Amino acid sequence: MSDAILQTRNLKKRFGALAATDDVSIDLRAGEIHAIIGPNGAGKSTLIAQICGGLAPDSGTVHLMGRDVTQDSTADRARAGLARTFQISALAMEDTVLENVVLGALGASGRPWQFWTRALSDRSLTAIAEAALERVGLIDQRHMRCAALSHGQRRQLEVAVALTLSPKAFVMDEPMAGLGAEGSHQMTALLDQLRAEAPILLVEHDMDAVFALADRISVLVYGKVIASGSVDEIRSSSTVRVAYLGEEA
Amino acid sequence: MIPERLVNWVALLGLLAVPLWAVVVDEPFTITLVTRAVILAIAAVGLNIALGIGGLVSLGHAVFFGIGGYAMGILAYHAQTFTSLNLIGLVIPGTKSMPVIWLVAIVISALAAWIIGLLSLRTSGVYFIMITLAFGQMFFYFAISWSAYGGEDGLSIYVRNGFPGLNTLVPIQFFGLCLVLLCVVLFLNARLQNAPFGLALNAARQVPTRVETVGLNPVRLKLVAFVISGAITGLAGALFADLNRFVSPTMFSWQLSGELIVLIIIGGVGRLYGPVIGACLFVALEHWLGGLTEFWHVYLGLILLAIVLFARGGIIGLLTGKEGAHV
Amino acid sequence: MSTLLIIEQLLNGVQFGVMLFLMAAGLTLIFGVMGLINLAHGSLYMIGAFAAAAVAGATGSFGLALAAALAVAAIAGALIEMTVIRRLYGKAHLDQVLATFALILIFSEGTRWLFGSFPLFLDIPDALSGPVTLPGGIQYPLYRLFLIAVGLLVGLGLWALIERTRVGIQIRAGENDREMIAALGVDIRRLYTLIFAIGAALAGLAGALVGAIQSVQVGMGEPVLILAFVVIVIGGIGSIKGAFIGALLVGLTDTLGGIFLPELFKLFMEPGAATQTGSALASMAIYILMSLVLVWRPTGLFGARA
Repeated sequence: MSDAILQTRNLKKRFGALAATDDVSIDLRAGEIHAIIGPNGAGKSTLIAQICGGLAPDSGTVHLMGRDVTQDSTADRARAGLARTFQISALAMEDTVLENVVLGALGASGRPWQFWTRALSDRSLTAIAEAALERVGLIDQRHMRCAALSHGQRRQLEVAVALTLSPKAFVMDEPMAGLGAEGSHQMTALLDQLRAEAPILLVEHDMDAVFALADRISVLVYGKVIASGSVDEIRSSSTVRVAYLGEEA
Repeated sequence: MIPERLVNWVALLGLLAVPLWAVVVDEPFTITLVTRAVILAIAAVGLNIALGIGGLVSLGHAVFFGIGGYAMGILAYHAQTFTSLNLIGLVIPGTKSMPVIWLVAIVISALAAWIIGLLSLRTSGVYFIMITLAFGQMFFYFAISWSAYGGEDGLSIYVRNGFPGLNTLVPIQFFGLCLVLLCVVLFLNARLQNAPFGLALNAARQVPTRVETVGLNPVRLKLVAFVISGAITGLAGALFADLNRFVSPTMFSWQLSGELIVLIIIGGVGRLYGPVIGACLFVALEHWLGGLTEFWHVYLGLILLAIVLFARGGIIGLLTGKEGAHV
Repeated sequence: MSTLLIIEQLLNGVQFGVMLFLMAAGLTLIFGVMGLINLAHGSLYMIGAFAAAAVAGATGSFGLALAAALAVAAIAGALIEMTVIRRLYGKAHLDQVLATFALILIFSEGTRWLFGSFPLFLDIPDALSGPVTLPGGIQYPLYRLFLIAVGLLVGLGLWALIERTRVGIQIRAGENDREMIAALGVDIRRLYTLIFAIGAALAGLAGALVGAIQSVQVGMGEPVLILAFVVIVIGGIGSIKGAFIGALLVGLTDTLGGIFLPELFKLFMEPGAATQTGSALASMAIYILMSLVLVWRPTGLFGARA
């Protein structure tokens, strides 16, 4: 077994005639940010769903820390240390910021079956939650309703919830989506620090962020990885230029 | 706007004051009426745990109400006929003791809720509504065809069951017992809502995908909520049957399931006291409009339409200026 | 137990199923296109039955009575769609449940106010009354055969409407993508009203047809509505084909269960207890069927996989 924290081997998923994921084998090693890029419809979301457990692949495997988790549920994978953020924020909008992160801490603790104690008075939960909010810079907003947060703050909160899981690996689905220049900049700085904690599989459209952050990049086109390598290798690859970057130029 | 806490206290004090006043002026019927409201409130508090926090639109909660009712009816029937209940070799004596009856009602309703929940929660949304409604109808027809316990005619119990240290035949004493139970159930609900379980359940209603990605199973959370909910509604059913000293298949009817939801929406969905205020208003309307016209359901229907279309937060929402939980 | 009896009960089951199909088809169509759960569908069934009974009482014509049932139910459907239902599209299921529950209260009490609490009776017309002899010497009521025929014809008509006409194309488009058909220039409000009225008319027709073999009374609609829900859960929401198969399954299970389960229990129990256990179990048979389908396929036999 290699030193990969997260690894997919020959993942395949078809929807009718469409090969959404076509023999994808990627890995994520300790300490790195591995970016997945590709044009719209390349199959990035489908790939994430198979890695995180929303969608079962037709064939192929997903390994986390050397263990086969292909048959595991989303919740099982989360407990095994896979933390995911969503492209469109999936937060409990009626709840406060603190309640949203406490939920994460609660999931990590694996003890939701408590019917009597106050969740927000449980220091073992709130300490983790507040530390995560501190990391992303939302500690002053902890008593605000999630619905009252700005778009950028919600993206930060997504990351904070993932942090409470003390994950072995992050899977982030377009954390920069909808952020302005300033917001992107902050998020880039945050992710840059996070990689030391756990490696990040980063699906992102924002090329500046990707080139700034990624240790390695894999390019996904029509469900296939057409190239994989360092930032410079991808930048200079003619295949990528034609298949993907060429479209943008 | 009025603070929600104040609205809650006024409601509770009103529930205490009206029957006491009725004792003074000797109007036992008013006490019975308020007792009815309190019992319906307990049932609706139960439903509100599944509906308001868990987002489970159950149109079959009459199942648990009816099970509670029949638990009382069957046990008391055997006690008053000096027979025993023969359950596949297991001989169970009847009883006239309320605590025992309540325990049986709670356990059996919880068991039924677990089985129904296990099946219904394989789906969600509209399917869930239709399936719970269908299970309600199943119990209704079963009760009708079960002639050993009165079938369509139901069971009459001659004397109200007893509670140690109280004379439950005195209306105000039985009322007091019911009110204490309502307070206990409300307290349980408040604790549960703020506990880790409540937090997770509340999130499972809003964003089940999020709950999954932090490693929790939203369906299991909802199933447990459904079981707790069913158990509380079952307890209310036993009390309701004791109030009327009668149980019949109508306790399983779909109308009753619908009315329990109506109580909650009138008061305010997902609010601790929503079911209490809803139940009081419902019983008051039923009594007042029912006295004015035989066709009071037409007016109830119009009021309900107005609330759904124009006042989503129910009465508490109107008074406090806040909208309730979104289900 | 004779073959004759079995065939007779099979026909009864089919007849019951076909009538359930008329209810379920409208419900599933309305849910499929507008995403609405309509508890008041049973009220439209009742309205059809009352309209038919009233017109038959006044004119003596069964044909006019059926026409009245269709027309009155369709008009009532269109009216509630335009006044209430329209405000519920896209709202939470809880709101839809409550608002349509309110409509049941209003319609039921309104009907009681107009017609009183006593059941009305709708007579089977002379031309359709009496038994016919089927091949094999089975005597079977002509009217029930008529119901089966009407139900099958309506099913065929519905299929043709959806598969072969412009409106059908719009309906199918509406199930997939609302914005798309609006973009194509279809007046979506009119389309929704039309679909709701079609569903209502089918319910009204079923009410009138069944009203002639049962009594016409307030509250007759809801038990049928709930059975139609069971049909939809079994068949899969939004699928007309599923509604048809589900309706036949429910109709046959209910009818055959009521006859055969007590007989079955008599094989190993004393007759009194067998009848009681058998009929109690028979009253639960369709719900057990529903549970089995749920365990096997949670989205129904023909439902889209969620």
